Amino acid sequence: MTEVLAENHIPLESYADVVGAGEIEELRALAKPLRGRSIEMINSTAVGGGVAEILNRLVPLAEELDLHIRWDVMQGAEEFFDVTKSFHNALHGEPYLAKLQDFEIFLSYNEQNRKMLPLDAEFMVIHDPQPAALIDGRPSGSNHWVWRCHIDLSHPNRAVWDFLEKFVSRYDAVMFSSPEFSRQLTIPQYLFYPAIDPLSEKNCPLDAEFVQQVLDRYQIDPQRPILTQISRFDRLKDPVGVIRAYRIVKRYFDCQLVLAGGSASDDPEGALVLKDVLRAADHDPDIKILELPAWAPLEVNALQRASTIVIQKSLREGFGLTVSEALWKKKPVVASAVGGIPTQIIHKHTGLLAHSVEGTAYQIRFLLSHPEIAAKLGENGHQHVKENFLITQKLKRYLALFLMLDRGQ
Amino acid sequence: MNAAETPFDFVTASYLTRIGNQSAGNLSDLLTGLEHCSDASIFHHTFQTLGVHHFLTEGFSNDFAQWTLSSTNRNDLAEQLAALDIRDYTSIAALRTDLCRVVRDFCDVHPQFASQSGLERFYFCESVEVTVPLARSARNLDEFQEGLQHLSHAGFYFHFISSRLRLQLQTNDFSHWLSASLGLRTLADSINHIDVYTNTLDSARAKMLRLIDRERRKG
Repeated sequence: MTEVLAENHIPLESYADVVGAGEIEELRALAKPLRGRSIEMINSTAVGGGVAEILNRLVPLAEELDLHIRWDVMQGAEEFFDVTKSFHNALHGEPYLAKLQDFEIFLSYNEQNRKMLPLDAEFMVIHDPQPAALIDGRPSGSNHWVWRCHIDLSHPNRAVWDFLEKFVSRYDAVMFSSPEFSRQLTIPQYLFYPAIDPLSEKNCPLDAEFVQQVLDRYQIDPQRPILTQISRFDRLKDPVGVIRAYRIVKRYFDCQLVLAGGSASDDPEGALVLKDVLRAADHDPDIKILELPAWAPLEVNALQRASTIVIQKSLREGFGLTVSEALWKKKPVVASAVGGIPTQIIHKHTGLLAHSVEGTAYQIRFLLSHPEIAAKLGENGHQHVKENFLITQKLKRYLALFLMLDRGQ
Repeated sequence: MNAAETPFDFVTASYLTRIGNQSAGNLSDLLTGLEHCSDASIFHHTFQTLGVHHFLTEGFSNDFAQWTLSSTNRNDLAEQLAALDIRDYTSIAALRTDLCRVVRDFCDVHPQFASQSGLERFYFCESVEVTVPLARSARNLDEFQEGLQHLSHAGFYFHFISSRLRLQLQTNDFSHWLSASLGLRTLADSINHIDVYTNTLDSARAKMLRLIDRERRKG
């Protein structure tokens, strides 16, 4: 287990310009009864992926509220991350033949990590399946353990879920990104949204000049519609389906497609998917496939801001924070009605939902034909994110959760 | 300026959404869910959702109406569900009775639509309210206006919308205090008549502040 020291600290007061001084005052009021209380967050990666991104922002803000918070990352060799990637895909419903050895590897690394820390913070927050078995190290005292699951458990592989459930059911509560992911459990289950940081490099306002530089760098024409999907090269994000939708739209509109993403450190399949995407693109000069380094937040920000429409055509999705990122930038979004996406896209209010390649193409054509509706959806989407999916709201939910657990509500 | 014996204590609230065990795949399931879900669930999908989605001032009223529209495409039923105004209710039981009546009547008249699957399922959830006092109270109109200006959306929602149910009154915390403690009944009534469906929380607050300004000028 390694402690992570979060980077790029932004003072809490800086968020007052975005969310209002009243929100900051109320965060301080909610945190007051929790001052000095200990909290430990544990996940499996310090870099790449939405969870690490959120914790990098959340931990310093919680410290500023005088909470005694630390963030630890599990240690594991390649064999562990291969197993957890298989588990991840299996929990998303992909075919997987459960092997006894995989479960043994999973338990062995959990045990090794368990020995490295006392796990005695008053509030233990364990993120995702990788460290779920750390609950075996729960001290006999009265600390609170909650499991935050960021992935879609609506159609899990039975063997993997049955294995995990033995651990999960021993937590005090579980938090999911969508009610669709909830399971039949005897412990309380809560809806907990991920969040974006409006002041991070990925979401902060940018100069038009910088946006133009990024477009020039990747030879993207700002005069023609730009359709963009930002996501890892992962089959569950259906990048090939996006290319098929683009080809339908292309019959009617002279548009470009940008597929931009990088691979998270715990995602060994990315390179294989990228090959499939390049094959599907078939050297079309209007399809830009950009393999960005793990953290290229300013480029992602610029690409989203330059987009005419942002797409998130996932087959399965934990939450899909790229949707909130695009909405924050007032972009019209066309996305699949899976996982946490319908929470962000209230159909016809904050964006448009689709259920197929053809449906995605149709909604894109509709928005390209009705820019005034696209603008209204983008404006509503921005407000929706401001109310529900900013890091300050996330912090508020955690404070409410800890208060609720503490009060035994 | 009048000073109240009982101060108005500003509070902030944060809400957690607890996922329930019921869900609906069609209108018939929705009716069953409405009949059996907890009071906290009815509150969550009507009162609470209005606060969460306050910025949608066109065509959004409650989660039941939105799901009926977007997942089952039954505009007529969605309209009837949306037309139920939470300000008319002082108990969840009465609101539940009307929600059930509207859905039951529709299913009786259109049995062919009652079992038709929606695009997405509806999940019954509940709100868990966690409140904390703010270090701010008011004994007169000036202090009240000051406190109102500094309140977050959650705090404003707590006092202005969810209070109706908590107090089981056809009013809200603000109007109740202005009337009962400062004797400002006309101002209290005007504030109570601000439409929570066609205003955002910000525009409702702005109207309230204008009404208070007008009252102060009278004094």
